[in-house]
Amino acid sequence: MPDPREIKRRIEEAIPGAQADVRDFTGGGDHFEATVTAPAFAGLSRLEQHRLVYSVFGTEIGGPIHALSLKTKPERHP
Amino acid sequence: MTESHPQQPEQTTTDNPLRDAITEAIEENRVILFMKGTPDQPACGFSARTVGCLQSLGTPFAAVNVLGDPRIREELSVLSQWPTIPQLFVNGELVGGCDIVTEMYETGELAEALGIEREQDTGDGATTPAPAAAEVPSGPAPLQPENRLP
Repeated sequence: MPDPREIKRRIEEAIPGAQADVRDFTGGGDHFEATVTAPAFAGLSRLEQHRLVYSVFGTEIGGPIHALSLKTKPERHP
Repeated sequence: MTESHPQQPEQTTTDNPLRDAITEAIEENRVILFMKGTPDQPACGFSARTVGCLQSLGTPFAAVNVLGDPRIREELSVLSQWPTIPQLFVNGELVGGCDIVTEMYETGELAEALGIEREQDTGDGATTPAPAAAEVPSGPAPLQPENRLP
């Protein structure tokens, strides 16, 4: 079962310079909420930013990860 | 003058009629929401919130209940490259899911994308009041997937 720390780690490993805050907002281990900042988002539309994060998890989204609610920001992370 | 065509011209024939039906629904409805449940009875909090954003802007929209057939969701996600439901399309383009729609609603971008002018917070104060809904209330009827999609 995914947990917030694992989701955070995977996002940060997959997207260079990303910083993710992830919480399990139902406590059930399948609905997560993440705020992700990454320089890689610069120049991307919001849709593309979210797609980039979703792509880290592939088909797990909608499967074991029932929901991953996102807020993304293209901030620099030195 | 009474010419009847018993057979309709078929121009979109691929080997995937369900995908064709989804593509057609997206093309034919300016604003279309793929959701879980119906606008009156959403079956998921994310779908409910997205419907709420659209309804509070007074925009007519077509809705497809993806729970009607699990294949709709699979085909839709292949087409849209978006993994979750709901999915809002405007003018044939994916706008986003619940998070993006909610964020755009809050910033006013959603009204803009829908072509609705909201006259609150106009600085000069002397503008003519805009209609509550920018479009005729009798918009496209909610798409019935059980009718449209095999």
